[in-house]
Amino acid sequence: MIWNDEFETLPREALASLQLKRLQNTLERVYSTVPFYRQAFDRAGVKPEQVQSLSDLQRLPFTLKQDMRDNYPYGLFAVPMEEIVRLHASSGTTGKPTVVGYTRQDIDMWSGLMARSFAAAGVGRGDIIHNAYGYGLFTGGLGAHYGAEKLGAAVIPMSGGNTKKQIMIMQDFGSTVLTCTPSYSLYLAETAAEGGFDIRNFDLKVGILGAEPWSESIREEIEQKLNIKAIDIYGLSEILGPGVAIECIEAQNGLHLWEDHFIAEIIDPQTGENLPDGDEGELVITTITKEGIPMIRYRTRDITRLISEPCICGRSHRRLQRMSGRSDDMLIIRGVNVFPSQIESVLMQVEGVEPHYQLIVDREENLDSLEVQVEVTEDIFSDEVRIMQGLSDRIRSQIKDMLNISCKVRLVEPKTITRSEGKAQRVIDRRR
Amino acid sequence: MTVQQISIFIENSAGRLAEATSALGAAGVNIRALSLAETSDFGILRLIVDRTDLAKEVLTKGGFTVDKTDVVAIQVPDRPMGLATILKILDVEKIAVEYLYAFIERCGDHAVIIFRFDNCDQAIAALTAQGIEVLSAKEVSER
Repeated sequence: MIWNDEFETLPREALASLQLKRLQNTLERVYSTVPFYRQAFDRAGVKPEQVQSLSDLQRLPFTLKQDMRDNYPYGLFAVPMEEIVRLHASSGTTGKPTVVGYTRQDIDMWSGLMARSFAAAGVGRGDIIHNAYGYGLFTGGLGAHYGAEKLGAAVIPMSGGNTKKQIMIMQDFGSTVLTCTPSYSLYLAETAAEGGFDIRNFDLKVGILGAEPWSESIREEIEQKLNIKAIDIYGLSEILGPGVAIECIEAQNGLHLWEDHFIAEIIDPQTGENLPDGDEGELVITTITKEGIPMIRYRTRDITRLISEPCICGRSHRRLQRMSGRSDDMLIIRGVNVFPSQIESVLMQVEGVEPHYQLIVDREENLDSLEVQVEVTEDIFSDEVRIMQGLSDRIRSQIKDMLNISCKVRLVEPKTITRSEGKAQRVIDRRR
Repeated sequence: MTVQQISIFIENSAGRLAEATSALGAAGVNIRALSLAETSDFGILRLIVDRTDLAKEVLTKGGFTVDKTDVVAIQVPDRPMGLATILKILDVEKIAVEYLYAFIERCGDHAVIIFRFDNCDQAIAALTAQGIEVLSAKEVSER
């Protein structure tokens, strides 16, 4: 089902000229309204009017997550606050989140792209969308919600948590579509089974799952355990939120990136050089219709490749291969972005010394788990059990306060954490 | 008149306790008293040894996290109510005992118990005032 036939099947040449026109408008706008971009373009010696082709975009500098932090909270906004109708934020490494603002037109555009994404997943009017993405500062809940309303489907604003109630509502309300993280969908299935329900007999037909990395084998497991089609959706708050790219239900092979609103590039994460078509590298996105906080060459840190071959669904927009990893050390745990440096700063606060630590990320009963192992040095060691347990309790509660995720803290002997070439391996991710 | 105790952080993994005690044995350190406090994840081994500094050096070299703490060695009459009498004195004086454990060997008709207090001096004063014998480090190691 194609939501916006005109734009979704636009021939490549027309799409490219639309992209160029929108890019030029965006560059003119940010150059005159955002000092950060004006300075960055000036340093690179490029004026907006010198961008005459899509490949000229490569002459412009990248924008990093750090740039958003440096300009916290509103420094990268391209419109006055009078134009902003919504603010969202994502977690940051030093406790400060990165903030994004949306104009009324941005919300319309976003809702339209989410509606388009739902349609690509085979969802339409008459469907009942059980939206278990978190509502709040996180873009997932409200992004999917507005898209569902735009589409004309009935949306249940469940948000996360309270899993037993979710199952009752899902069954009684006859939900046909589930939106949540892949791991939560499996957790729902298990909780249903524990309560004596077989979720396969519910009315669910499709799951639109994202906000954390997953694999083909997890897709098979979800499709089998929930008796649904599992569709991969991609988005990030810095660019928009959910609805930047999605798989079509026809192919379920690669995520169509909505190229009438975004320009995608693939670069070598080490050198920053653009890579040839089809090579795997880091995804860089430029927004070309967003008003509130346009992003020029934003480094997503997600590793993928662009699939240019036409898709059987008829959409002309190129596809992103399922994300294969990150070019930085960011972890996504239960949908929350976690940088090892955040854990490190908690440990520094609690212990007052630079700790040796390791993060073990795993999947237990289909939910992501985090274990923080901390080496016990003489500085923090006590002969009293009470004091040692107090230490691990403090670490656990401070991590919970900062990141809003529960973890297990395990105190280990010195030098038990693997060090390669003198550098500690900070993260062991056993989820794949 | 305190005694120095060695404490060692031990992860709950097979063999670590054996490694710690063999390291001491190989260096000729004799263990006089010990206690192991354990949780589900880790343990704390506390030892009274004949050569404390050597023990600490050997264990630190062996990669263990080691601490030295002052504890009090008390001579307790080896008869019913022996320990209770002492604990009662401490209770009256509102002196908290963090933990305690007994010496392996007896001393005539007395047992020796190691007490860990927050404030050793206060505890020693309270006990000696009631005629309880507190042992010196020398007395403990020569025992």
